[in-house]
Amino acid sequence: MTNVSVMTFNILSVLPILVLAGFGMIVLFVDILFSKRLGDKNILAYLSLAGIIIAAIVSRGTTPIALYSFNETFVIDNYSLFFNFIFLLSTGLVILISHQYMKRENINYGEYYALILFSTIGMMLMASGADLLNIYIGLEVMSISIYVLTGLKRSKLTSNEASLKYFLLGAFATGFLLYGVSIIYGATGSFNLKEIADFLINKGDVTGPFVYLGVGLIIIGLGFKVASVPFHAWVPDVYEGAPTAVTAFMSVGPKAAAFAAFIRILMTAFGSTHYEWQKIVYVLAILTMTVGNVVAVAQTNIKRMLAYSSIAHAGYLLVALVAANTLGVSGMLFYLLTYVFMNIGVFAIVIILSQRNDGFMQINDYAGLGYKHPLLAIAMTLFLLSMAGIPPTAGFIGKFYIFSAAIKSGYIGLAVIGMINSVISVYYYLRVTVVMYMQEPVREFYPLTISPFIVAAVVISVIGTLHLGIFPSKIMELVQQSILTMR
Amino acid sequence: MDKEFFIYVLISCIKILIVFGVIQFMIISMIWIERKVMAHMQVRLGPMRVGPHGLLQPIADGIKLLFKEDIIPERADKLLFVLAPAMSLVPALITFAVIPFGDKVQIFGYSVDLVITDINIGFLYIFAVGSLGIYGIVMAGWASNNKYSLLGGIRASAQMISYELTLGISLIGVIMLTGSLSLVDIVNAQAKLWNIVLQPVGFFIYAISALAEVNRTPFDLPEAESELVAGYHTEYSSMKFAMFFMAEYANMITVSAIAVTFFLGGWQGPFLPPVAWFMIKLSCCLFCFIWLRSTYPRLRYDQLMHLGWKFLLPLSLLNILITGLVMVLKG
Amino acid sequence: MEAYLFYIMAAVAVVSAVYLIFEKNPVYSILYLVMILISIAVLYLLLGAQFIAAVQIIVYAGAIMVLFLFVVMLLNLSAKEELKDALSFQKIPAIVMGIVLLSAIGIILRSKIPLGKQGEYTSAYVHDVGNTQLIGKLLFTKYLLPFEITSILLFIAAIGAIILAKRK
Repeated sequence: MTNVSVMTFNILSVLPILVLAGFGMIVLFVDILFSKRLGDKNILAYLSLAGIIIAAIVSRGTTPIALYSFNETFVIDNYSLFFNFIFLLSTGLVILISHQYMKRENINYGEYYALILFSTIGMMLMASGADLLNIYIGLEVMSISIYVLTGLKRSKLTSNEASLKYFLLGAFATGFLLYGVSIIYGATGSFNLKEIADFLINKGDVTGPFVYLGVGLIIIGLGFKVASVPFHAWVPDVYEGAPTAVTAFMSVGPKAAAFAAFIRILMTAFGSTHYEWQKIVYVLAILTMTVGNVVAVAQTNIKRMLAYSSIAHAGYLLVALVAANTLGVSGMLFYLLTYVFMNIGVFAIVIILSQRNDGFMQINDYAGLGYKHPLLAIAMTLFLLSMAGIPPTAGFIGKFYIFSAAIKSGYIGLAVIGMINSVISVYYYLRVTVVMYMQEPVREFYPLTISPFIVAAVVISVIGTLHLGIFPSKIMELVQQSILTMR
Repeated sequence: MDKEFFIYVLISCIKILIVFGVIQFMIISMIWIERKVMAHMQVRLGPMRVGPHGLLQPIADGIKLLFKEDIIPERADKLLFVLAPAMSLVPALITFAVIPFGDKVQIFGYSVDLVITDINIGFLYIFAVGSLGIYGIVMAGWASNNKYSLLGGIRASAQMISYELTLGISLIGVIMLTGSLSLVDIVNAQAKLWNIVLQPVGFFIYAISALAEVNRTPFDLPEAESELVAGYHTEYSSMKFAMFFMAEYANMITVSAIAVTFFLGGWQGPFLPPVAWFMIKLSCCLFCFIWLRSTYPRLRYDQLMHLGWKFLLPLSLLNILITGLVMVLKG
Repeated sequence: MEAYLFYIMAAVAVVSAVYLIFEKNPVYSILYLVMILISIAVLYLLLGAQFIAAVQIIVYAGAIMVLFLFVVMLLNLSAKEELKDALSFQKIPAIVMGIVLLSAIGIILRSKIPLGKQGEYTSAYVHDVGNTQLIGKLLFTKYLLPFEITSILLFIAAIGAIILAKRK
């Protein structure tokens, strides 16, 4: 039969995944068994955080070589470990900011925490998959959880609409991805990324057209998940309709996971056809940056603005993918980490300031915040500056790395377009700041109820944003290390 | 065309004709037996006028149905209305293609398997074909353009989907013990010990699900007379009605044959020829259907769903788990 | 013989697909879809993939499409309530792009014969061991991890269905 030995099933390699799955189930059980006695359900948040922390402890550290397991379908290398860190960090922060929000919106279900943990499993699988099948299953686990989370607020029509829209379009995009995967399988005879790469290097020219078709379809499928233009149509409505905590979640982790899979598939398996696919990614990057930034200027709703800004950030990250070398990828990893801090920070403050049923979501509602709640306003300003890429914040360093990678790889035009876009983005990020400090309040700021959880999230985000902006070298070393074991 | 192939086709055709003939005969006799048995259980006599002890009653019924006016309602969907009875009868009949009703026999020097075809996905084939049987009922319910028919059709589809799941899962224990999806292998594996001994829970679940799957009492909600007139075939008359009637009995025979094959040793048995054993076991199963019908009242719809999803499904999964554990522990 | 069966079934599938799109009555559309699914199952059989063929019929034709039919019947959509085509201006570009796509695929197909790596599972080998048995062995050896993760996927789907449909 198949010459497969049981020895390759290294359970330890999937330990973080098992931990998260276990805690997801525990959360569900605790919710069902003790729902009468739980009261405010704080324990569910504690349990989920405990799961995240244990998973982080399990998957910490670095590894000198890439460790393959499960018949080379699953890989632990520094790259996947770094991404695991990003996923766990973002999920942890989201749990911190969502706890209060969920109670306020009256959707504090145990399933929420379980689904968030399960979704993180999918992300980890995407980053660690050395096999297209694993990556696909990971993508589905991640996405289906998020479809459900998006529709969690059933009493709100926009939430339902967002969920349905995301589900339909997402399923369509997954179809593209799967079609691409099957064509690649037909053309190369393997799902395994390494085997595909070997095959293409040895006799790639024979199967040329099919490989291009397959890669194109895979790019469409993953391009949808990272919200790149022209596959971005779902983003604004879904971001606006979803519960804000879920929006925070889906703007960070899934995007990072999709990029993780993007890089691994394109660079490991299709590294030899780099010259062909980078043209597609080049166009995608320009479109994504430009459309995201230009349309964001016109937004008046803060969630919609952040949705377009998230599209724009996907564009910057695609610039790094065009370069597709050590510099570009390390810039991308660094940027993804900074993006976790600044984006979740912004959403934390949006959650603090909004009211039940998404009241006070207009940018004008932030007028006068600088005088009423100076600390919140300062934190918000810091995050927005970071997103605009102004020193000394982390966003500046991230953009600096990405654009310098593009220039060093010879894509000067792309870097220039990116910088022009950054300038555009300054306008709409700073507009919020201007409204906060320069305008009279149009609303009453009720005494805010701020839970210690969300304060912790904001503090962590502030520290992260500043630390990465001022002392980036240590993380940069880690990032560069993480690419070395990739191939 | 070479001779081997020609003979193969010929033998297959003869087998198909014989099997279909026998099933038709069984359906006709089942109608008489059911009326008689139920009558005696209720201390009545049942049909007595046509022939000795009413033996010719089914033929009289058949002639009556043939000569009745064939009514298609004015606002019905003509195509689906005509198609539906056939859609519900055909799947019930073609399931028999894979059911072995006897051992190999030698006829004119040729070795003939007493099964129409032995395919290695026999189990999956049964369920693939069986799952299509719902369409006839659903189409009939919708095409009649009648509220009662529609309700009957909807009830039927929900019920059959729910119980198809447990029906399939209850048989997986047997598949695990045998290690093959071919029904011939499953029967051969029961030469020493019937599977009902090893899989009593599986048989129990199968029996209940099979009852529900063929919409028989106590699960005959799709055609509950007291609520829905006659359910999905309210608007049908003449031969189309007869076909639904036949489909119901054909389905009963099919699920009984599957039960015999999977749990009761198929054609295996001492002294008597294999085909006789198969028929005896089949008849016992069919008798149980009648017995249950005259004994139990109908379930309520929510009770039906609770039973299926909250009791039978977990139980059948547990059955698989325990079967697997025992198999691993015994090596 | 197999080639003829392929052409017949492929033709049935394509014709049903066309009818599926242009049929006004949703119930008929679903029945055409069932026809497509069954004819594709036959194509799987021709390829020697009996397991996929059977599962295709059991899962899609036997369960999912019945649920579709169930919903359509409950909503009782009639042919008169046609959906308004909000994006009618897309029709002409869609047709043009469809032709472009078809010709592009045609060019690709004609340009070179694709030669993927010949796998270890030749059709003779699959026929020997049995399609279902091979799939089972692969799922529990080579693709164990994705297979097990699928259980989480189904679990999520079940939670999602319950939470979106039932919770008040």
